[in-house]
Amino acid sequence: MSQQDQKDHQGQQQPEPLPVHTTTIQKVRIMMKEELETTNRPDNTAFTQQRLPAWQPMLSAGIVIPGFVLIGLAFIGIGVALFITSQNITVLEKDYTGVETTSDCYKCSNPSDKNCTCKLEFSLSTLFEGPVFFYYGLSNYFQSQRSYGASKDEYQLSGDLDYFKTPISACSPYQYDANQNPIVPCGSLANSMFNDTFKLYQIVNGTKKLVPFDGKGIAWWTDYNIKYRNPSVTPLKNAFNGTVKPSFWSKPAYELDTSDPSNNGFVNQDFLVWMRRAALPDFRKLYRRITEGDYARGLPAGNYSLEIAYNYPVLSFGGRKKVVFSNVSWMGGKNQFLGIAYLVVGSLCVVMSMVMLIVYAKFKFPEDD
Amino acid sequence: MLRRRLNRLFGRDERRVDSRTIYVGHRPCPATDTFIPPKFCDNRIVSSKYTVWNFLPKNLFEQFRRIANFYFLIIFLVQVIVDTPTSPVTSGLPLFFVITVTAIKQGYEDWLRHKADNEVNKYLVTVLEDGRRARKESEKIKVGDVVEVVEDETFPCDLILLQSSREDETCFVTTASLDGESNHKTHYTVPDTEKGLESLSATVECEQPQPDLYKFVTFFSLCVVSLRSLGPENLLLKGATLKNTQKIYGVAVYSGMETKMALNYQGKSQKRSVVEKSINAFLLVYLCILVSKALVCTTLKYVWQSQPGQEEPWYNQKTQKEKDANLYLNMFTDFLSFMVLFNFIIPVSMYVTVEMQKFLGSFFISWDKDFFDPEIQEGALVNTSDLNEELGQVEYVFTDKTGTLTQNSMEFIECCIDGFQYKNRDSSTELDGFCVTDGPVSMLQQKEEEELFLRALCLCHTVQVKESTGQEDWVGDQVDGVLGLDGEMVHPAELRGFIASSPDEVALVKGAMKYGFTFLGMESKNMRVMNRDKDVETYELLHVLNFDPVRRRMSVIVRSKCGDIMLFCKGADSSIFPRVRQEEVDRISMHVERNATVGYRTLCVAYKLLSSEEYAQADAGLREARLALDDREEKLMAVYNQVETGMSLIGATAVEDRLQEEAAETMEMETAKSTCYACRLFQRGTELLELTVRTLEDGGRRREERLHEVLLDYHKRAVQDPPPVKTRVTSWTSAKQDYGFIIDGATLSLVFNSSPDSSHYKSLFLQICQNCTTVLCCRMAPLQKAQIVNMVKNSKGSPITLSIGDGANDVSMILEAHIGIGIKGKEGRQAVRNSDYAIPKLKHLKKLLLGHGHLYYVRIAHLVQYFFYKNLCFILPQFLYQFFCGSSQQPLYDAAYLTMYNICFTSMPILAYSLLEQHICMEVLMSNATLYRDVAKNAMLRWSPFLYWTLLGVYQGLLFFFGVRFLFSNPALQDNGQVFGNWSYGTIVFTVLVFTVTLKLAMDTRHWTWINHFVIWGSLAFYMFFSFFWGGIIWPFLRQQRLYFVFANMLRSVSAWLVIILLILLSLLPEILLLVLRKPRWPHSRQVRYTHI
Repeated sequence: MSQQDQKDHQGQQQPEPLPVHTTTIQKVRIMMKEELETTNRPDNTAFTQQRLPAWQPMLSAGIVIPGFVLIGLAFIGIGVALFITSQNITVLEKDYTGVETTSDCYKCSNPSDKNCTCKLEFSLSTLFEGPVFFYYGLSNYFQSQRSYGASKDEYQLSGDLDYFKTPISACSPYQYDANQNPIVPCGSLANSMFNDTFKLYQIVNGTKKLVPFDGKGIAWWTDYNIKYRNPSVTPLKNAFNGTVKPSFWSKPAYELDTSDPSNNGFVNQDFLVWMRRAALPDFRKLYRRITEGDYARGLPAGNYSLEIAYNYPVLSFGGRKKVVFSNVSWMGGKNQFLGIAYLVVGSLCVVMSMVMLIVYAKFKFPEDD
Repeated sequence: MLRRRLNRLFGRDERRVDSRTIYVGHRPCPATDTFIPPKFCDNRIVSSKYTVWNFLPKNLFEQFRRIANFYFLIIFLVQVIVDTPTSPVTSGLPLFFVITVTAIKQGYEDWLRHKADNEVNKYLVTVLEDGRRARKESEKIKVGDVVEVVEDETFPCDLILLQSSREDETCFVTTASLDGESNHKTHYTVPDTEKGLESLSATVECEQPQPDLYKFVTFFSLCVVSLRSLGPENLLLKGATLKNTQKIYGVAVYSGMETKMALNYQGKSQKRSVVEKSINAFLLVYLCILVSKALVCTTLKYVWQSQPGQEEPWYNQKTQKEKDANLYLNMFTDFLSFMVLFNFIIPVSMYVTVEMQKFLGSFFISWDKDFFDPEIQEGALVNTSDLNEELGQVEYVFTDKTGTLTQNSMEFIECCIDGFQYKNRDSSTELDGFCVTDGPVSMLQQKEEEELFLRALCLCHTVQVKESTGQEDWVGDQVDGVLGLDGEMVHPAELRGFIASSPDEVALVKGAMKYGFTFLGMESKNMRVMNRDKDVETYELLHVLNFDPVRRRMSVIVRSKCGDIMLFCKGADSSIFPRVRQEEVDRISMHVERNATVGYRTLCVAYKLLSSEEYAQADAGLREARLALDDREEKLMAVYNQVETGMSLIGATAVEDRLQEEAAETMEMETAKSTCYACRLFQRGTELLELTVRTLEDGGRRREERLHEVLLDYHKRAVQDPPPVKTRVTSWTSAKQDYGFIIDGATLSLVFNSSPDSSHYKSLFLQICQNCTTVLCCRMAPLQKAQIVNMVKNSKGSPITLSIGDGANDVSMILEAHIGIGIKGKEGRQAVRNSDYAIPKLKHLKKLLLGHGHLYYVRIAHLVQYFFYKNLCFILPQFLYQFFCGSSQQPLYDAAYLTMYNICFTSMPILAYSLLEQHICMEVLMSNATLYRDVAKNAMLRWSPFLYWTLLGVYQGLLFFFGVRFLFSNPALQDNGQVFGNWSYGTIVFTVLVFTVTLKLAMDTRHWTWINHFVIWGSLAFYMFFSFFWGGIIWPFLRQQRLYFVFANMLRSVSAWLVIILLILLSLLPEILLLVLRKPRWPHSRQVRYTHI
């Protein structure tokens, strides 16, 4: 078909159908437009357009300076309170490792010497206000070591008898003894439980008067009530049939406290105190509280003698042992750090607010203009 | 493959000499006795990366090539093999999650590619097989097949045109999807193949596939007849569309991945943002920190153990197995254990969070209603979310001019006839003549001049009149960008589309039409023009002297009814002026120059009467040259030059290519000074440096020599001149001379691949470019565009480049630049599909960069720094604790805290921040372009901010650990005298940590929406709640109940409360001070400059 033909052909056809075409096309277009309008146009919401109402805080000097003064003053106040409280706490700390030859415990420091007892004597010039807490402390002792801390069987300690027979392998080398008997409680942590014992006497007119110790409430309540459980076998001793005590222990677990049957096995509080690993290599652990009898108000002035059953070897790894008598306040034991830190930070805030005030007064910050 | 690409990129393919022989229709030539069917690749286009079979291994391999993933894999394996403080689940689970999510995402994307490929490959085409027409899937086309293509179809492969349904042995093609030119190009059939295609047996000897779209040298030999040489005008490219021709037949010469289109597409390589590079750099630093930490700890452990009694204290004896183990092996496993313990310093969660931030953040771009264009009913499109932040880093913008900067719709603005200027003010009121702005009112002589000029406009062109066959066609054409008349202006019967090789030709013809001279079309070699008196004048078209970029002009020779033979010529002033009389030039040149400065495209029109002898001579010359086998181009050129002399100038025209809305503003946004002229790209007072074929041809010396000279000269002017003030930094301030630089494609290819020392030219060229405010590169092939982008990208300081374009010819450039932006314009979807972001209009670039880009950058930079910081102060106490636990890899925090820290406690606030933060609100960012420079050059992720964040992390980590350490000098922290253990220690540190890190973010948040409030306070509350819950129950599935009531007991201790408050305040104190005392200081940065292509 030549071009000419084509053209003529169109020329005849075009005028008539065209209006129809345009209107229909327009209609279709409008319809399409409306449809697209709804489908394609982005939602006009605050979120999609990133126009959510927003608070735009500016830390200007006008807010920060008074804020700093207030915070500083509050901190100084708390710091003073902490400092005074800490100052009022009495602490009596005595090392009894027996490294010095003058010490009475020197004789016991030889590890081959079993069942050695030594004495530690001290005198109080004033009343040591009660309730007095009696701690033992160890240093250079890494309870925080990973393998040491992992060396226990938690299922065993929650009273699951299955694990009495086959303790977890993490307890190794205290999993089984030489005769392949399972050790309960297994593991290094339990095995190395602190076993020095203490008796405190007040020397009254030359006679020794026993200061009664309270061994309850030294461990966390949840530990001896919930977390650690003895197997529900009575007597408790039967549960331990076929097992052996940890090699380092002198008594099996069910005989840890002969005076109180409910304080035996895995819920023995001395045991639990030991099982809560200390965070740092120099630590203290609560041994007893002095809350009873004549000593409920504290330790009166006078001479005292502490009788120590020296069993726990520490010199082999360069450790030290100590006993600590302390009373506590609302902030816990004596700790100068917090009070001083609060005072320092508090005064720092005040000083800085002063500096800022001076700078502000002199130069007028540009952003405030 | 890569090498081949590189070779191509650097133009080494020019030296390839071997050619391929194709047998048309697979019929051997009777003359040649041996017929070996040559093997060529099939016509399948493959853009997908994976198949079903290789997906898993290949994808896993790809993923584990990422340094971070590999690292996590190693950590996981170590945890599985070696006895480590944390369980393999802690790192295995997140890793599995990340890998799976990424694999699914990539798999989905590849599936989409498969689908797109299939669409192309399974497209049914008609192939002539032994005289029969057969429908075949496109991918099955073999080289040598004769393929039929009908109107509006795209060519399935590169074809040599054999037969066309048009009687003049031509066909029209639009290559919009190839080089972005939407106009119709004329292609010619191979001469002498009119006889039946079924019996045609011929061979085609063509060069090996190469990407240059405009180069094609081929010999076509019919077995009987002699050799014919073919050029690009015989080649139909894959991807181009057949227009205005019913159907054609062609023989496939290149197929599949060897087509010019495929060769012009560079592989879509993974684009990585600078932020990602920074992350990797920081990652390396943190890896070093990690390794050195592990080394220190391992060393310390063995030093410490060598002390008496510490190797194996009686309370913590080793097992037999441990005793037997090799010391060095032990050291090694210890080292690995430490690595595992500290590996949280590089959290998987950062990658997850960054991915989520990018993925979710990119929605804000597509949601933005400011990007919505009511015309096309579409908003912005985000093809990749990996580059959001890169939008805030752009230093060089490469734009495609036609269609991108401009609307690609030309409009006739004014003309100047014989020294008088006529302006087109309001066409509808003008019935006769022009509105004359200067010069006398039309006189009779003037009128004649006018009519001659208008006739010239009507005749001197290659415009075709589109025969509209119906309304549908008409609509379709408009969509294709064919310029027609506006419907309201003309009567429906006169509906007429013009098709031309350049839109300004159409504009001129339309311009002439407004003044009464209407081009009615061709009628078998006769051009019909309707004059003002509604008479139809007929001119016989004798010759067309085609336009080419070197001559920069075109001419037609016509014979009027009365037998006069006239030559009309139009072209650039520079090419016309030397060929006309000088006195005429003086009259008009002023107007031309003025129009050019305003930014119009100007053309001069000249004419000449030919005597019959002159014509006979020209005619013979032209015919002879056309038939020449070799050096046809040169010979034709010589004849053209000979004919186009001694003309008289009749006038000049000015055509405006309208700028896209707000284009100037958009371009101006950073460089306030780079206003343009010639689309107002060049500022008045900008010194123009021109480097084109024209400037190179002065003096008739070899181009290479001349190029060298010119380059050196410009270099001297642009680079060495400016600093009379000695400081280099100030040499760019607006007081100095601005340079504009113009280079054309031909010259550029000289620069790139002329002589062995082209690297020297390149660097000269680059320096010139960098020292000019605007660089204009004209007439470039797609790959050349990419080369320029590549050159700037790899230049010193590796600036961030952005390419923006709308046509398929911009695809290479879009892929090459750091960020490719496609404009959803008229020229098809190729650019959009290959771009990283697509926007409907150029003006949207402003908000995309200044608004979104800036915010995204700030957000992600903060996110990255914050993540490193928060993990440093998370892990540092853990490291310090090793000094207090005999370097035994004891974790400070409980495993739950270790795992949850990055996943739950501190992840949401930073995610919310990184999605919602607007440290400066969008309007201010957009109105104050200098703010964009504050974050330029990756300002927030350089080493100094990184050092600041790291120091902050170290400071806080030290504070957390030692603050609690001093508190624990007496672990009796409760009023009942009971002591705290190691887990209480860790929990206090952790509580301080979580609060500090969250509050630090709260302090950095400048834009508190309810989401921020919810998430920040919510995650703190969640931490409290979780800790209570975690420590409040005996968990049946856990062996160890380490945290049982630890948290509750901690809260019962006043000291713990006080120390937590103290440490939080002390950690944040320096930040608060800095925030208050810091004056707004903006780092000096280089301005963003624009390069236009």
